[in-house]
Amino acid sequence: MCGTCGCGEAGVRVTELGTAAPAHGHGHGHAPGHGHAPGEGHAPGAGRIVALEEDILGANDALAAENRRVLAERGVLAVNLMSSPGSGKTTLLVRTLTDIGDELGMSVVEGDQETLLDAERIGATGARVVQVNTGAGCHLDATMLARAMAALAPAPGSVMVVENVGNLVCPALFDLGEAARVVVMSVTEGADKPLKYPHMFRTADLVLLNKVDLLPYVDFDVATWTAAVERVRPGVEVLSVSATRGDGLDTWYAWLRAGIASRRGGTATSA
Amino acid sequence: MHELSITQSVVDAITRRMGDASIRRVRLEVGKLSGLVPDAVQFCFEVVAAGTTCEGALVEIDEPCGHARCRTCGRAFETGDMLPLCACGSADIAVEGGRELRIREVELA
Repeated sequence: MCGTCGCGEAGVRVTELGTAAPAHGHGHGHAPGHGHAPGEGHAPGAGRIVALEEDILGANDALAAENRRVLAERGVLAVNLMSSPGSGKTTLLVRTLTDIGDELGMSVVEGDQETLLDAERIGATGARVVQVNTGAGCHLDATMLARAMAALAPAPGSVMVVENVGNLVCPALFDLGEAARVVVMSVTEGADKPLKYPHMFRTADLVLLNKVDLLPYVDFDVATWTAAVERVRPGVEVLSVSATRGDGLDTWYAWLRAGIASRRGGTATSA
Repeated sequence: MHELSITQSVVDAITRRMGDASIRRVRLEVGKLSGLVPDAVQFCFEVVAAGTTCEGALVEIDEPCGHARCRTCGRAFETGDMLPLCACGSADIAVEGGRELRIREVELA
């Protein structure tokens, strides 16, 4: 935890690739009067019960709503990309940026506990990228995205992809202010994952099955997996892709183009 | 472990709402389908409340169930399962509620 104010943002670093210093600033919306006076003995109201009736995630959700408002105002399509570690999120992003990054003006927010490694991979494509290191944290939250957006300043009418911390559990609960949630799974994981991690799949707008080029070599039943996704999130769009061999990427790109077209107020065009 | 940052926001919200008042007891609502583990919240509370007005406060957690209704046979039942099965064997079930995450009340010390 933060040694200065005791807040939960301890160790979070936002770094714009190519700059020496982290894009710091502790501006995460604490109300003034954060000083505490514990153990002051019994106040006159001792034993009094005060009804608060407040949403526990209310502060995050309010900030997410503000992020969403700012993004909508700029016509930026924000996509929250989530998966377990190793499903190929970064590889998919690098390929996507190489193929259509310029066309869609894409920029990236990278979330990882430590290192700038992913930001460097993304930066090598020429795309603009900001790395958020969460330290001990297991997910991105709306505060972190607000700080990342301030450093990244995505161009009006562009696509901003937020690659969340690799984790099929915690990121599901935190609204960032994104327009769409994309969950990536790969055929080297179990086909029953959607049933085992329903919170993640329950809120997906699109589910990508990656590494389908490996299907001949692994014991992964696509029909079983598809039924599991359908049970957790009935009606969700599902795409099979291979970020390395290129299968299905045209459909993924068409999905992104349609998203940004409707964001810009135009009509969706087919790829 | 998202319980740590979520419990942190509980303490933040209480200190924001209650100012310098010392807190003896906190009552939370954590729905069985919310994705939060109550025992982990209890554990984290002790850590994040240290040095705040909530230090040492007792944490009580209500865990409301979800309300399920089978689309096949129409049976209604309570569930703590995100993907429940009906006694009739159907998995085609609508679930409402059970996702509550609220600070209900605090008792001052």
